[in-house]
Amino acid sequence: MAKPQLVCPAGSLAALKAAVDNGADDVYLGFRNDTNARNFAGLNFDDKRLAEGIRYAHQRGRRVLAAINTYAQAGRFADWAASVDKAAMLGIDAVIIADPGLLDYAAQTYPDMRRHLSVQASATSYEAINFCRERFGIQRAVLPRVLTLAQVENVIRHTEVAIEVFGFGSLCVMNEGRCWLSSWATGESPNTVGACSPAKFVQWEKKPTEMDVRLNGILIDRYANDENAGYPTICKGRFEVAGETYYAMEEPASLNVLEMLPEIVRIGVAAIKVEGRQRSPTYVAQVTRNLRQALDAAIAAPDRFEVKPAWAAELGKVAEGSQITLGAYNRPWR
Amino acid sequence: MNLRPVLPPIPAFTLPPLVARLGARLPQWPHALNLALALNAACKLGVLPEDTLRELEGRHFRVTVLDTGMEVNFTYGTGAFRPVFATPAQPDLHFTAPLSAFLQLVSRQEDPDTLFFNRTLTIEGDTELGLRVKNMLDALEWPRLSWQGMRPTFLKT
Repeated sequence: MAKPQLVCPAGSLAALKAAVDNGADDVYLGFRNDTNARNFAGLNFDDKRLAEGIRYAHQRGRRVLAAINTYAQAGRFADWAASVDKAAMLGIDAVIIADPGLLDYAAQTYPDMRRHLSVQASATSYEAINFCRERFGIQRAVLPRVLTLAQVENVIRHTEVAIEVFGFGSLCVMNEGRCWLSSWATGESPNTVGACSPAKFVQWEKKPTEMDVRLNGILIDRYANDENAGYPTICKGRFEVAGETYYAMEEPASLNVLEMLPEIVRIGVAAIKVEGRQRSPTYVAQVTRNLRQALDAAIAAPDRFEVKPAWAAELGKVAEGSQITLGAYNRPWR
Repeated sequence: MNLRPVLPPIPAFTLPPLVARLGARLPQWPHALNLALALNAACKLGVLPEDTLRELEGRHFRVTVLDTGMEVNFTYGTGAFRPVFATPAQPDLHFTAPLSAFLQLVSRQEDPDTLFFNRTLTIEGDTELGLRVKNMLDALEWPRLSWQGMRPTFLKT
């Protein structure tokens, strides 16, 4: 049976080492600029730490992938091309790209460097994936978190491109980052500046009995003191709609595929991705360690696989809003 | 072997209210001085990245430990951390949590976002500054020391 790779996030060298030490096969990261979708203050890799991280992973037989997954802004294509050049120069094992122009640049300039289609490309059909294979020679595609498991299986059956799916982490509800909500409130969004709800627009206000969070002045949520909080994004806020206040778009929760791991292995998924380059090395260690054990168990004996309470407890604890969901994978409606 | 603080697993705990009541009446400057000294020692070791330190210039920080009654105020400027004695009403950044949460954070047993989501850790003030400090602390790589080399020869195998 094919063994899916475990692909884990790193926002710092310490996180990369945590991923490698706890059993990640691949670690993905970004450079310190807006060519990646986690362009947050103080996060990501400068050249020195990048070189050390690649060395650390390669010495242990693991691979390092660079997410260059935002869209090149008008007049600045050279900045995105420079990130691809840097990845090639430093010996990155694969680049994760969404922008077709940039994919073309990478394919033409560095035909030997592996190219993965980013989730930001929103390719949900095998036709779209096969097109990218034909035109840009992609070797792997990351599927958006909108397909049921049966739909994922259908894509896998109709393409020779290796398929990567999300296994754990916060969910993005609106077209995989092509979201207008952050732009509407702040003028900035993942595909323009590399960050959703940029921190400079976020205001947490603690009051005696509650905590308010605002994005550029817009009230997103008001938490009672005993309520779990989530990321300050509009999609996960509570709003008054027709006289009722509730999560009008999406509840804050993390995707967690633990219980469907044997199915994911069976249908031939090539890689399982963990979200969270913005999280700490502690999160990376906790999630990688538990998913590694669970995945190894699912591969070794899929018929006897059972979710261990310890895995579920630790993954549930680090989940956004301390809630987990199977997301679209088991959506009952089409 | 990693030189970062190695602590046994720390459960979430809250000290008795009496501790906070007494602690709040004690002078706070020794805590602030100790923290500033520790941070400056970290600067000297080169574990705090210079580009992030520059962003802290002239900003006022406050750390409140709920169940010990401790509150420290400090600032960063011209290359060093210093205690602040005349405390302004509103610091630029304010971390509040019980002692157990701070211990879990420094020993990397808990993730700051997790503690924030479950409301154990409160961060107030300039959110971008808070994110920068959080990411700086997350990225810290403590210098590695070989304990092997420090053990007496008769213990070596």
